[in-house]
Amino acid sequence: MSTTTPVEMPVHKSQWQGSKKLVNVSRARNFAWLHVTEARLRNMMKWWGSIAAFGLGNPVLYLFSVGIGIGALVDANGGSTQLGGVSYLTFLAPALLTSAAIQAYQDETSFPVMEGFLWDKNFFAMNSTPINARDIVNGVMASAMVRTLVTVAIYEGVLLAFGAITFDVALPMFFSAILAGAAFGAVMMAVTTFVKEDDGFFAIVGRFVIAPMMMFSGTFYPLESMPSYLQWVGWISPLWHGTDLGRTISYGSPQQPWVTMFHWVYLTIWLAAGLAFAYRQVAKRLSA
Amino acid sequence: MIIARGLTKVYGDFTAVDGIDFEVRKGEAFGLLGPNGAGKSTTMKMIASVSKRTGGELTILGLDPNKRGPEIRAHLGVVPQQDNLDRELKVHENLFSYGRFFGLSRKFLKNKVEELLEFAQLTEKRNSKAEELSGGMKRRLTIARGLVNEPEILMLDEPTTGLDPQARHILWDRLFRLKEQGVTLVITTHYMDEAEQLCDRLIVMDKGKIMAEGSPADLIKRYASKEVLEVRFGSSKNQEVAEQISHLGHRTEVLPDRILIYSENGEEDLQAILKMGLEPVTSLVRRSSLEDVFLRLTGRTLVE
Amino acid sequence: MSMINLAVDSAVAIAERRRNRPGRSIYSGRARVALERNFMAFRSSNWIIVLSGFVEPLFYLLAFGFGIGKLIGGVTDGDGHPVQYAAYIAPALLATSAMNGAIYDSTWNVFFKMHFAKLYETMLATSLGPLDVAIGEIGWALLRGLIYAIGFMAVMAPLGLIPSWWALMAIPGAVLIAFGFASFGMAITSYLKTFHQMNWINFFMLPMFLFSGTFYPLSIYPQWIQSIIQAMPLWHAIQLERAFMLGNVSWGLLVHVLYFAVMIIAGLIFTTRRLTALFIK
Repeated sequence: MSTTTPVEMPVHKSQWQGSKKLVNVSRARNFAWLHVTEARLRNMMKWWGSIAAFGLGNPVLYLFSVGIGIGALVDANGGSTQLGGVSYLTFLAPALLTSAAIQAYQDETSFPVMEGFLWDKNFFAMNSTPINARDIVNGVMASAMVRTLVTVAIYEGVLLAFGAITFDVALPMFFSAILAGAAFGAVMMAVTTFVKEDDGFFAIVGRFVIAPMMMFSGTFYPLESMPSYLQWVGWISPLWHGTDLGRTISYGSPQQPWVTMFHWVYLTIWLAAGLAFAYRQVAKRLSA
Repeated sequence: MIIARGLTKVYGDFTAVDGIDFEVRKGEAFGLLGPNGAGKSTTMKMIASVSKRTGGELTILGLDPNKRGPEIRAHLGVVPQQDNLDRELKVHENLFSYGRFFGLSRKFLKNKVEELLEFAQLTEKRNSKAEELSGGMKRRLTIARGLVNEPEILMLDEPTTGLDPQARHILWDRLFRLKEQGVTLVITTHYMDEAEQLCDRLIVMDKGKIMAEGSPADLIKRYASKEVLEVRFGSSKNQEVAEQISHLGHRTEVLPDRILIYSENGEEDLQAILKMGLEPVTSLVRRSSLEDVFLRLTGRTLVE
Repeated sequence: MSMINLAVDSAVAIAERRRNRPGRSIYSGRARVALERNFMAFRSSNWIIVLSGFVEPLFYLLAFGFGIGKLIGGVTDGDGHPVQYAAYIAPALLATSAMNGAIYDSTWNVFFKMHFAKLYETMLATSLGPLDVAIGEIGWALLRGLIYAIGFMAVMAPLGLIPSWWALMAIPGAVLIAFGFASFGMAITSYLKTFHQMNWINFFMLPMFLFSGTFYPLSIYPQWIQSIIQAMPLWHAIQLERAFMLGNVSWGLLVHVLYFAVMIIAGLIFTTRRLTALFIK
């Protein structure tokens, strides 16, 4: 700051109107969650290059290596009889799509919470405006959804290009993947609010939650082929429920209607419970 | 603007704010003073309507913050003790983004942001990321951010901690101008000169309670004398000398390194000491300040 | 007071003796001190994170080895012997976990220490040289790699996935691999400026993991892709570990060892240079 600053500089050029005139409280309240989303998206736009690159790179890599590479071994071995008669690639596609949705949601729900409460503390900044805990949760979830929509759309494009899914199932698969992602994301957000110190939380979650979920949710092979003492991981995880739904939608993997129904309901309950939990936790942390 | 009656905040079994009463009137600059842990920040958070009180009454702009927090916050400008800028956003984006949280229109913000950049003297830094700013620049940006909604009440939690002297003086000038425009200021600070400069009225808090209330001049008159005489005889002799001169002034205080004599006329007392044949190593007569009041009320021991 | 004088005198004496040695400005011969510091930090840090490092490859082994193994049956190894699928991928997972551990330690951790904790600045302001710091950091990564490798082997043996005594050689093999990646990773990290650039490290690690003959023989690729993969460090790592663990040992393995030796030396040279340029002017 220079020492020659003219002291008579005016504070404001324009007329000071005052917040009573300037801020429309009911409008600010009604769109509060949207303003949080807007801020999150603005932040995300700084990384759009990485998001696009990972969004495209991930499916291409996995489809080439696991889908086609391992798929060649599986199909050569006649493994498709265990997969309900479809090729390994077709079997794998819904699982990869769902897990991509879950990962996108995970990124966009856990990092913002760390940033908001620990790194930048910008949730506290938001909370000093008309924005509430609930608006923050809704806003973050909505921006995570935008990011996931983009990711899933890219993924489906790649899957279509590989012939792993057909065009007519793309839209319904969108819903199952996004719902599974949102269900996981809401809970992830609530859980992240418990982190008080940045001491390897992500390493622990990655190793003890994400990795086993990816590995044991019937992602790469039918859940039934795991020993029964490991199958419970799949029954709990939203990834398996989303994947199983996706498989029914994609290639009509045989399923009782009530099971299909149950998957939708189960994921919705996760989402609702996660949101309620997150509302409570964020409010608690903001007022502490 | 703000009325508190028996305001209390309890965390578990710890009482951070213990039934305090105060009032802040429109257009005045109101200060909260106190050592660390006195309950200033908790009080600020309750006024900022982000932390709910556990007892007593609190009304801000005629509204109850426990029930209508967002509505009150629409008219507040908050400058927290710790800058919570969005480090990944650029300087001007930080202001814009914050303004959007109030639902302010993009068009309005376009001009407002430029104005605030000028106010904070960050126009040249507008395209730097917030994390690249120096400490003083971050502070100025946080303060400018708190003005984006042209608040009725501006709340500043230790606004000049970490700023260099130039920056502090410029900030004081800015705050004074805001006050002239009718903005109510609520300020916590450690710096007594800052409180004397800025505050019309202040409360001194300690251990969650109010120890004193009044204007700076008022408090000095009530809790300190007009002048203070400081004499040093060397750390080993201070105690001994102090007993000989304890009749001087209203009150004497012996510190490890010097003796303070609170009196109406320091020069006279100094002459008296010299007449007794005592020869201080150094001596100083000064006007008493808010710092004397503060230390008298809250003690000299460190509270952490 | 005399104790302090004594300490100062001996420090000065040591410094004077060292001054005459070549390379004194980059190496004081006390990398151990840097290692000790890491151990101290480790004791007060989160044990679970560090020790759980070998859990991840186990998950992969269970899921891919046994889950997908059921779909695949068996594969043939490099020498044409049929092997169980789990036994085929296990060495690759060991090599990968050695890589991941070393890269994590030498990139994220080092980056944090360089730019946020300012640890190296502090260390280099003492009598430690940049090579001490580099070796100290890398040594720590190796120690961890060693523990992970032993843990992994301890689980594999009872599963019947280790047919040969040569498999014991896979443990020093894992340390060599960790050394290579750690020294290389630290060299790269010392040149990076933002966290954002760090993401690109992952961007290269994932495809390397997926394509380096981890899960199936390279033979399904066209020749030109095979050549690219064979230039990658992880492919050499996997070849080495697989040969040891399946007992197909030959002199040809020295190529892989040589590859890592070059990586280690190049990494150390660049790291030392960069730290010198950054902190010692």
